[in-house]
Amino acid sequence: MSAAATHHTGRERVLTMTGIAKHFGAVKALTDVDFWVDEGEVVALVGDNGAGKSTLVKILAGVHPPDAGTIDFGGVAVDIGDPADAQELGIATVFQDLALCDNLDVVANLWLGRELTVDGRLDEVDMEQRTWALMRELAAKIPSVRVPVAALSGGQRQTVAIARSLIGDPRVVILDEPTAALGVAQTAEVLNLIERLRERGHGVVLISHNMADVMAVADRIVVLRLGRNNGVYNAADVTTELLIAAITGAVDSSGRRIGSAGAAPGLGAAPGLGAASGAPAAAPPAPAVTHPATTSEPSPDSGVIPLRPRRPHGGGTR
Amino acid sequence: MSATVEHSEQDERGLAGLLSRIWARVRGGDLGALPVVVGLALIWTVFQTLNPVFLSSRNLVDLTMQCAAIGTISLGIVLVLLLGEIDLSVGSVSGLASAILAVSFVQLRWPLVLAVAAAIAAGCLVGLLYGLLYVRFGVPSFVITLAGLLGFLGLQLWVLGDAGSINLPFDSWLVQFAQHAFLPPWAAYLLAIATAAAYAWSHVRRARRRAAADLDSRSYGEIAVRSGIMAAVLLLVVWYLNLSRGVGAMFVLFLVLVVAAHLALSRTRWGRAVYAVGGSVEAARRAGIRVDRIYLTVFALCSMLAATGGVLAAARLAAANQSSGAGDTNLNAIAAAVIGGASLFGGRGTAFAALLGVIVIQSISSGLTLLNLDSSVQFMVTGVVLVLAVIIDSMSRRTRAAAGRG
Repeated sequence: MSAAATHHTGRERVLTMTGIAKHFGAVKALTDVDFWVDEGEVVALVGDNGAGKSTLVKILAGVHPPDAGTIDFGGVAVDIGDPADAQELGIATVFQDLALCDNLDVVANLWLGRELTVDGRLDEVDMEQRTWALMRELAAKIPSVRVPVAALSGGQRQTVAIARSLIGDPRVVILDEPTAALGVAQTAEVLNLIERLRERGHGVVLISHNMADVMAVADRIVVLRLGRNNGVYNAADVTTELLIAAITGAVDSSGRRIGSAGAAPGLGAAPGLGAASGAPAAAPPAPAVTHPATTSEPSPDSGVIPLRPRRPHGGGTR
Repeated sequence: MSATVEHSEQDERGLAGLLSRIWARVRGGDLGALPVVVGLALIWTVFQTLNPVFLSSRNLVDLTMQCAAIGTISLGIVLVLLLGEIDLSVGSVSGLASAILAVSFVQLRWPLVLAVAAAIAAGCLVGLLYGLLYVRFGVPSFVITLAGLLGFLGLQLWVLGDAGSINLPFDSWLVQFAQHAFLPPWAAYLLAIATAAAYAWSHVRRARRRAAADLDSRSYGEIAVRSGIMAAVLLLVVWYLNLSRGVGAMFVLFLVLVVAAHLALSRTRWGRAVYAVGGSVEAARRAGIRVDRIYLTVFALCSMLAATGGVLAAARLAAANQSSGAGDTNLNAIAAAVIGGASLFGGRGTAFAALLGVIVIQSISSGLTLLNLDSSVQFMVTGVVLVLAVIIDSMSRRTRAAAGRG
């Protein structure tokens, strides 16, 4: 696939969201949120329940349009009005429920809605061949691409769902809680898969509650709290404790916010939220990422093992 | 990490592999057509022992002719069942089609072709109405079609008006087609051989393409055995039916419809979408399938097939009356689809369910008639068989879940 071609030249910015706001009735789900993804980068989006992770992702996926803010994709300002727009742009989302058809086999699920045809008939041979190729490339552990999806384990189903999102060769892949409800070995399998996505040059947005998983695969970690940015960290420079402090509000975002002028006065504006975010800001200062385009990661194709906390998830798989 | 995707089925080639695959599927609860074939063998054995006329060529020819109309209706039911929906009104719709056919052809003196087209078009409209009600208002198909069962029965009576019963002229081509058109023996044999040859050719072509693409493919030996068995069975059936009147044109029409539906379901994007919607509506919608269109087309097809069945039934009876499509038509058609193996839970079954199921239903009906048992017993036996079929469906679903085969 072609996406891998460009990331040798350095990390190209794929997606930038600036000043995103979204409210549902009186509830402000997101206020002035900034977010960006480079290609070949795994960005973890973390935060407590109700922090706005899902809303942000749904805006990207075209489920909700934002109320304010700009979205810039591949250097062009875009409107993402519906899921089809997102897909056309090259933003693929794997929702938590996976949305697979249990009664159909892996090939059918992968190509569902985008089946290849010859003279109006399904081109099963071509679809199956490309499915095998993709599964091999992802080093996916699937017994056969012709078994119904119901016969697969949770990790394998997640693999199929992620593989399906790659069919249109998207530039950004959003994974919503891909490791929730998975066992240890299966989680390792999925984390391996995420690294493979990075190697292929996709920008990956990972939503997770599991700090161990986040620390294991993410290059950069974006913390949301009560609908606002509450810090952006390089995974190499941050500890789980600090992240949890940022998520829970033990560390507030002062001094750690990136790039959005005028954000600070807006902080206390949300009624009822100001009190909560006024938690003690006495925690040790974390290194702020001031220039997000140059992360401290080595290029993923250089073969250098990144210097960052890492679960030994490679060991559980063959 | 090495690539761990394997062609696990590749090691199981040849005949032994085929048998072991079938056995593994059955144990996993993927019963396919097995229960219905076993059931049919059982039913035929019992009736043949009780009355030796049952398996006579003459009776089997009658059986095939009885199958055509109900089978066509049942084919539509298979389609809606694949979506996980139901159409309870196919009997009324078929009766309505009979009435429209008879009134427009006999009373209004329309050309016969036009009358047939009007009857089938009426079915199409009914189906589109169901589809619209379903996708617009989200009314369960069970309720919509229950209302349709009553409503279109009323419309049928209204169309018939005072006439009550209208006879179709015996010399019209429609009645001739339904009652007296049989394939000449040579044509029937030719058709059987051509069918098996087409099957073999399509599989050889597929195997070649798959081999060229480096995918596991059926060996030529397996294809030869399969199409050989198919040719032998078809030729045997044709030979046996030819001992009396032969293969009825109406039955062939039904078979053509079944094969056409099978190809549409298994080889087109539309068919794939039908199975996907039956498996998970939400997944289908998110995959970009226009789910509403699938519902509309399937409901429309179901009602059109019901109307076609009504036309065939009227033609075979050479009459349309107030009881056309009434009584057991509805439930026989639905029972046939379920007995044939279309799952009530959606997403599972093939077009051949209609064929197998209707043969079972009509065998029971024919056998009990031969035994001089009246319709009371027939209804009860059919009811029991239907419950058995649903139990098998539910149990195989559970076994599949346990074996993780979906």
